[in-house]
Amino acid sequence: MEINNKTAKLLRKDFPIFKHNSNLIYLDNAATSQKPQQVIDIIKDFYEKGYANIQRGVYKLGEKATELYLNSKESVAKFIGADAKEIIFTKNATESLNFLSYTLPSILKKNRKEIVLTEMEHLSNLIPWQQLAKRNKMKLKFIKLKKDSYELDLEDMKKKITKNTAIVSLIHVSNSLGTINPVKEIIKYAKLKGAITVLDAAQSVPHMKVNVKDLGCDFLAFSGHKIIGPTGIGVLYGRMALLEKLSPFMFGGGAAKSANFNQICWADIPARFEAGTQNIAGAIGLGKAIKYIQKIGIENIEKWEKKLTAYALSKLKEIPKIKIYNSTKNSSGIISFNLEKIHPHDVASLLDSEGVVIRTGRHCNMLLMKQIGIGGTCRMSLYFYNTFEDIDALILALKKIVKKFE
Amino acid sequence: MEHGLPKNLYSKHILELYKSPKNYGLLENPTAEITETNSLCGDEITIQLIVKDKKIRDAKFSGSGCVLSLVSSSLITDKIKDKNISEVKKMDKKDVLKLLGISVTPSRMKCVMLPLEAVKKALG
Repeated sequence: MEINNKTAKLLRKDFPIFKHNSNLIYLDNAATSQKPQQVIDIIKDFYEKGYANIQRGVYKLGEKATELYLNSKESVAKFIGADAKEIIFTKNATESLNFLSYTLPSILKKNRKEIVLTEMEHLSNLIPWQQLAKRNKMKLKFIKLKKDSYELDLEDMKKKITKNTAIVSLIHVSNSLGTINPVKEIIKYAKLKGAITVLDAAQSVPHMKVNVKDLGCDFLAFSGHKIIGPTGIGVLYGRMALLEKLSPFMFGGGAAKSANFNQICWADIPARFEAGTQNIAGAIGLGKAIKYIQKIGIENIEKWEKKLTAYALSKLKEIPKIKIYNSTKNSSGIISFNLEKIHPHDVASLLDSEGVVIRTGRHCNMLLMKQIGIGGTCRMSLYFYNTFEDIDALILALKKIVKKFE
Repeated sequence: MEHGLPKNLYSKHILELYKSPKNYGLLENPTAEITETNSLCGDEITIQLIVKDKKIRDAKFSGSGCVLSLVSSSLITDKIKDKNISEVKKMDKKDVLKLLGISVTPSRMKCVMLPLEAVKKALG
């Protein structure tokens, strides 16, 4: 289904938040996305009509719940071009990345002591590796950001990734700048050097076609709540050949086939990585969210967001004394900007009074803000249910703010 | 959910103070000084004090921030001058909001409370 301004408005009708907040102009989709009725209903239905624990009981209700859970995993797998066995459900992208920072060390080669990240990492893809480096006496290296284009310096990438690199972990789409990084090229180079590759895809999977086989990454993480799914459910994809080598991160029920007092036989993959009762309703909700996205077609979402982004950029440029921090070539629907001499917090509070919701501050990107030399930004971020009118409302409100401060 | 801020959050008197704050700058011989960071945005406000005989004789602030943190800094540095330390230590959220004369949304309380917290830390 092709999305245009008219169909975007129709799609928005699926999202009850806009019914209950009739003046809401929601432009904070990079923080989290709103939920369609279909996702809310399936979670409610599950609790009301079909709730039981999964992969345990031999009664029908439990079997049906298990089927729903596994179907969701199947949907997630298909969506990103993986096998269902390669999908581990977690709490969110943060937990997925933490999982790796604890489980990967056991399979790293002893002579490889470096972890390569980029200067635009979110704290969720920085702190876990920083702490791993501390624990295992490893070294962190950062691929530089080109300050004129807000893109990664690929020459620097080739200097940073070497035969000493154990892990390369990077953000696919910058949550602050919207830059779409050339991850396929970087992964290819990292593999050539023998490193394990990890992708933080929290800002890419909801907005563009992502295929793990095509990208060639070893691991990939994303959150359900950013792709119109519920909170508390996230995904870790791992290439089977590597998952087979990893030990479980958490221990408990469901992770073992058999156990006696001093021995354990792990369950099959991925069950061995999902100890304890899982977020079953969350998983089912995420499965439905992905089905909803697939019905529209992720390519159509990408196309529509490109149109909206181009429109937003052209309109933002009309605002006097605005500074926009974005890559002209590879930009997603995330746009960071500042109004001269007006603090981002003041912009956000004043926008809020006009019903326009954006995010301000450092966006968990302290490193990046320091590199650009600013304290923070105003960040608008789009999704498929946004329209040209939403952008017009933002622009009108921004113009009012500029006037107020004159 | 209702939209909109209390109407006076960015009212004229607040914006005027923002454009020409009182006590902005540095003291020559401060007896106490502290820099506090707003965890929400990373802004830093430095407070300098001259304390003598348990009284605050002078106070200045510097740094960058949003309207609310700068106006609050201006008003608080003004308010604490010639006050006893013990009185200043007793000041709280209510006093700050009274000084500002506006109501503030919970997420922005950090901005308005930062200067008073800094003053209290500087006093030890």
